[in-house]
Amino acid sequence: MSADLTRDDVIKVAALARLRLTDAEVDLFRDQLAAVLGHADDLASLGTDKVAPTAHPFALANVLREDVIRPSVDRDIVLAAAPDAQDGRFGVPRIVGEAP
Amino acid sequence: MSLPRGWEMVIGLEVHTELLTKTKLFCGCANDFGAEPNTNVCPICLGLPGSLPVINREAVELAMRIGLALNCRIQDSTFHRKNYFYPDMPKDYQISQYDVPINAEGYLDLPDGYRVRIERAHMEEDTGKTTHLGTSGRIHGAERSLVDYNRSGVPLVEIVSGPDMRTSAQARAYVAELRAILVAVGASDGRMEEGSMRVDANVSVRQSGEPFGTRCEIKNVNSLRSLVRAIEYEALRQIEVLEEGGSIRQETRHWDEDRGETSTLRSKEQAEDYRYFLEPDLVPLAPSAQWREHVAAHLPALPAALRRQLSELVGEVTDAQADTIATVVDLSLHDYVLAAVAAGVPVTLALSRAANEVASQIDQRSQLSTEAFIDTIRRENEGEISATQSKDVLLTVLVTGATPAQIIADKGYVQMASDDLAGIIDGIIAANPDDWSRFVEGDPKVVQFFIGQVMKATKGQANGKTVTEILNAKRG
Amino acid sequence: MRSAREIAQSVRGGASAREAVEAAVAAVAARNEELNVFLHVDAATALAEADAIDARVAAGEDPGILAGVPVAIKDNICQTGVPTTCSSKILEGWRPPYNATVIERLRAAGAIPFGKTNLDEFAMGSSTENSAYGPTRNPLDPSRVPGGSSGGSAAAVAANMTPLSLGSDTGGSIRQPAALCGLVGVKPTYGLVSRYGLIAFASSLDQIGPFAHSVTDAALLLEAISGHDPLDSTSLPEPAPSLVAHLNDGVAGKRVAWVRELVDGADESVVASVEKARNVLRDAGATIVELSIPELRLGLSAYYLIAPAEASSNLARYDGVRFGQRVDGEDVTAMMEATRTAGFGAEVKRRIMLGTYALSAGYFDAYYGQALKVRTLMIEAFSRAYGEADMLLGATTPSVAFEFGSKTKDPMSMYLSDVFTIPTNLAGDAAISVPVGTGEAGLPIGVQLLGPGRSEASLFAAARVLEKAEGRS
Repeated sequence: MSADLTRDDVIKVAALARLRLTDAEVDLFRDQLAAVLGHADDLASLGTDKVAPTAHPFALANVLREDVIRPSVDRDIVLAAAPDAQDGRFGVPRIVGEAP
Repeated sequence: MSLPRGWEMVIGLEVHTELLTKTKLFCGCANDFGAEPNTNVCPICLGLPGSLPVINREAVELAMRIGLALNCRIQDSTFHRKNYFYPDMPKDYQISQYDVPINAEGYLDLPDGYRVRIERAHMEEDTGKTTHLGTSGRIHGAERSLVDYNRSGVPLVEIVSGPDMRTSAQARAYVAELRAILVAVGASDGRMEEGSMRVDANVSVRQSGEPFGTRCEIKNVNSLRSLVRAIEYEALRQIEVLEEGGSIRQETRHWDEDRGETSTLRSKEQAEDYRYFLEPDLVPLAPSAQWREHVAAHLPALPAALRRQLSELVGEVTDAQADTIATVVDLSLHDYVLAAVAAGVPVTLALSRAANEVASQIDQRSQLSTEAFIDTIRRENEGEISATQSKDVLLTVLVTGATPAQIIADKGYVQMASDDLAGIIDGIIAANPDDWSRFVEGDPKVVQFFIGQVMKATKGQANGKTVTEILNAKRG
Repeated sequence: MRSAREIAQSVRGGASAREAVEAAVAAVAARNEELNVFLHVDAATALAEADAIDARVAAGEDPGILAGVPVAIKDNICQTGVPTTCSSKILEGWRPPYNATVIERLRAAGAIPFGKTNLDEFAMGSSTENSAYGPTRNPLDPSRVPGGSSGGSAAAVAANMTPLSLGSDTGGSIRQPAALCGLVGVKPTYGLVSRYGLIAFASSLDQIGPFAHSVTDAALLLEAISGHDPLDSTSLPEPAPSLVAHLNDGVAGKRVAWVRELVDGADESVVASVEKARNVLRDAGATIVELSIPELRLGLSAYYLIAPAEASSNLARYDGVRFGQRVDGEDVTAMMEATRTAGFGAEVKRRIMLGTYALSAGYFDAYYGQALKVRTLMIEAFSRAYGEADMLLGATTPSVAFEFGSKTKDPMSMYLSDVFTIPTNLAGDAAISVPVGTGEAGLPIGVQLLGPGRSEASLFAAARVLEKAEGRS
């Protein structure tokens, strides 16, 4: 299936990941991603219908904290790290489109 | 509202509620986003590199209470990452329950008995708040925006109903009943206007008996009133499109309260690819049987049960009384009423004062202790103060927080002694001989006239019962 | 340079911690320009911390098992107020407002966090060539790479700048550079060391661990930093294991497996070192069994789906809004794109692209979903192997340190350097790399011991047997 990876796929994925690629990068990434995915295609041929996926190495559960207030970080420190701050808030250029 | 012949609405609702925890869902910052901007933030809720989430136990408990109250199955659950870029989302992904929510497959019965299925009630985190700078103060046309992350990471539960409602009135009743339930179990303050409870409506239309039509999701509904308006507008819009031979595109639409219409936000094709995957920084939730039983055992009485309890106390319930009871329960004022009844005050009086005076100052309710409520209406019931005075005392307590005794003393609210009243009544009889004659002849309606006159003359310091007694005595 | 154990012992006995820090400062001054090991050193603060340790000893306190020991910190670990870049332009100038748990633990043990070391950008790489701040050179042969991604932390210890350092290991990023620099390197059991404050690459695989010249020093450092942390939901519930006390337990009666898939494809000299290690362990009383675990061959493919998938999400937050660098754009989306395009290097972009694709609609099941199932197969295979052996023996890397530029053109060839180390991360297990023998140009070779989760004590004891046989204390 990785052989089907097209330039359009690469461009679409770059947009999802908020990256801009030059035409040359699109070609390069298409080839490199196809090579890595080509190896991954080996996995697809394994019979794993009855295998459960593992996302965590260990089966921990119910790791919880008590509902107790802990000190927040001083706003001046937080905003000093921001590229753009105004009126105690983080500044961003205009937003096109509502949140999903 | 009725739809053109043969058409029927199909409505499903997604309700987000912020949970009343002390701290956020994944960090120890205060859950108080009314504070100065960006003062309740830390590496975790700002999504700073290297920070990790840890789940708040109380948020889980409140979510379980919601699940129990909605007759859901509480199950072992997991958290996923919902990936999308947006400046109010500090990590550029939202931690949310996805395919295995903590609460699944419940139902909610509307007060009229109509059952709405609950598909799920899952936990997730809230986003920050954006302020748009520029002329309009809205997102469109703003030159830039400012972000406050105090709300980022506040715990939410999203309650998703089945597509079971068929009228806007049912949708309204569903949200009202759900809100009452959320408030009753202590999970939410239920304030739609302030955004602590938010409703998205999925609306489609069909010819009765036909399969479901294509639905549109309506966002930005901020009150029960706008919910009804938005649903009705949208249903009529869809019917118009269909009757003109068009078809409905599945899309998200925005309700404009001022213009009273919905408009396209984005189509299904523009929908984000969220790339959900299991959140590797968290481990599953698997509440023990013991924990579930504890939560179930401590679940407060739910609105339906409270309405039943109050109705039984009243006995024969008129329509007006049913409305009064509904108001008291919706606003979670039943504790006042039940305590007053236990203290020997008639239930109808307690209901009336709660549903009118207390309800009118609901935002101030924390000023009014149960004791102060009982103290006031007990004095009224025993004739120590008049009804007018009693109402004023309650309103004054709600506004100022002073004790009833103090207010009564300050305002000189004492009922006039019978001797003094008798003198005043004599004067009124003298000034209204015709009415007095009718009273003596036995016309019962004239009693109200005399009581009104006495109240006017005494500035409300008379007890209506005492006045009637004096009038009867003078008639001989 | 004195060992960490010696420094701590002498400092606890009243010797000067300042001297130990001064030695580190001098070593950095002598060679950092040539090797590009440290991205940031604040000598004044380190010396002040040393003075504070000295004062505590003078006041009769015991500062802890690492009293006065300078420890180099990989620059993907947060330290309050100290520049932390992940060797990326996108974080240039960022100073975290908080400490990673390991920094707190180091201080609690009396150690002195000493400077931030170079790495492959966001820990993505096996040579430390992918740093926005230039590559780190191997102190043993500056024409060669130190390995990666924790190349700076390996080089700091190999160049005797600090006796200890912390790295992070997602697919071999501690063990591989340890092997290439002739050091002991440990990938602890997942959850043994808190990840709080470790800037995530792949959250389900990342683990902080030690570099040291000796097994003993590595054990001291791992003991100091491990144990439950309530700030990390994936932290194991138990306290730090006792490692130093068991260092001389030996391997008598232990079953050690020679695993074909952990040597296949390695250079002859590397295979010879693993054979040498096998013989040493057998002579020390271990029983050698031979195993084949074919599932290990699937590790690389699964890893290069799982790690990029998690990374694509973990690296979303570098959007120019709250911290780090920003490149302006006409709207917020354009700003985010411009920031990320300018701020990330090619390898990071490649992995973000790969991970985004693997998670995207239509491909999730075939790629990411399938990789998670392969992860299950791998765990089950390891579990069967640990029924037949107490630990597994193999190579750490296929070859000795390679030359600059030799693998940068073809990502797949670079990825293959981690073929022997990746399976441990997928399983969440423990592994240690220890130098045994030398290869081409006299460069060191690392032999790897793998054990199930929480088997650190017996892995350290076995590594100690190998170390002694190599004539190192």
